[in-house]
Amino acid sequence: MKGITTFIIKDILKNRIVILYTLILCGFSWSIFSLEDNVSKGILSLLNIILLIVPLVSVIFANIYMYNSTEFIELLVSQPVKRSSIWYAMFTGLAVALNAAFLIGIGIPVLLFIHPLTALVVILAGVLLTTIFVSVAMLCFILMRDKAKGIGLSIMLWLFLSLMYDGLVLFFMFQFADYPIEKIMVLLTAVNPVDLARIQVLLQIDVAALMGYTGAIFKKLFGTQTGYFTSFIFMLVWIVVPYYFSLRLFKNKDL
Amino acid sequence: MIEINNLTKKFGKTTALRKVNLTLTSGTCVGLIGPNACGKTTLIKNILSMVVPTEGEIFFDGKNIHGDVFYKNNIGYMPQIGRYPENMSVRQVIQMIKNIRNHQGTEDKELFEAFEMEKIADKKMRTLSGGTTQKVSATLAFLFNPPVLILDEPTAGLDPIASEILRVKIIKEREKGKLILITSHLLSELDDLLTNIVFMQESVVVFNKTMEDLFAETGENRVSRAIHKLLKTEVLS
Repeated sequence: MKGITTFIIKDILKNRIVILYTLILCGFSWSIFSLEDNVSKGILSLLNIILLIVPLVSVIFANIYMYNSTEFIELLVSQPVKRSSIWYAMFTGLAVALNAAFLIGIGIPVLLFIHPLTALVVILAGVLLTTIFVSVAMLCFILMRDKAKGIGLSIMLWLFLSLMYDGLVLFFMFQFADYPIEKIMVLLTAVNPVDLARIQVLLQIDVAALMGYTGAIFKKLFGTQTGYFTSFIFMLVWIVVPYYFSLRLFKNKDL
Repeated sequence: MIEINNLTKKFGKTTALRKVNLTLTSGTCVGLIGPNACGKTTLIKNILSMVVPTEGEIFFDGKNIHGDVFYKNNIGYMPQIGRYPENMSVRQVIQMIKNIRNHQGTEDKELFEAFEMEKIADKKMRTLSGGTTQKVSATLAFLFNPPVLILDEPTAGLDPIASEILRVKIIKEREKGKLILITSHLLSELDDLLTNIVFMQESVVVFNKTMEDLFAETGENRVSRAIHKLLKTEVLS
């Protein structure tokens, strides 16, 4: 259903919030790179935006957009359109529009200011995070009939993955500091997409050396080609699994 | 045309439909009537697979509708309360449905013109009144000349002129040999529309009769009185 997808993309790109989001990202990235001489430091500042703001905006905007589209979805279901096509169109529409905002806001300046390979990793991290959080938002929408609960759940998930998870891992690390827990640490990190994105970007700049022994392990495991590939696969899983579950629930939903 | 076998639908613990069996054939205009919350809308939503049945099957033209969507090309549906994307204009909504249905052949623009849709075509859906939204729903239901029309409370919210236009249109389509399924509370409006009556109560179909049978059995010639009488006698016996 190409028509529906293009309609959704156009509808979102016209949305004032998305335009504002693009402009804010633009403002951040241009000012960071024009004020900071040291590119590595610039990337570090940008990283905070990519890891916090981008997922937050993606998850909340996608979630609210889904709730506002309830009527639209209902109308489509009464017409000869497959439910899986409707779901796919919603997902593609949201992901394409929000990624377009990200690419214009951060992608272009990053490509202009930093080394192409590093830029590619930064952009890929942002694109994957945006898509992951769209997928998560759609799962929250289908799990909760109530709008307030749905938005609450998506904010909780963002809070957990972006902030709380690291705290818990840190707590775990201090408690078991005397034991050889590097492998578990790596595993714990690999489970969280936000951490994966952080490590992949950090490995691109020299600060990985500052992270001590764990940093060395990360470098050894994630810094190789297989490491890149595995983190990429893990992040894809974060897109596919929530999407798959939400689709299954949507197929049997009573409207 | 539409065959419903042993259809049961539960929402959690409440049963909305209990073992409903019904056959609807072309060329008839069936009135689906019954008190509030007796399962009329749920039955319609099942036919459109907007709601997934708990048990039982529905066949459209001999084909099970489970997992199929293309049979909906043959159905024009007018919902009880039309819910449309708020920031789309009337024209955009119509254009989008056209794209989705990919309709070959002529469009039926009679209602579009009769309701003077052109005048409101550029208004956003959220600015329309309830009655005008119903007009949009009716226009969309008839636009693609479908062989089956499902109208859920079609005249609720329409002004007398508009509902008369719609009534004439329904009779005209009935004469063409289409299957028309109408739910309504206003029994007096249905008199010269219907050929069959399906009466539902507490999630089950109580009876399914042609109008002639109904009038002959009760000795009445108005739908409302006939049903009233029939229910009374059934309660007594």
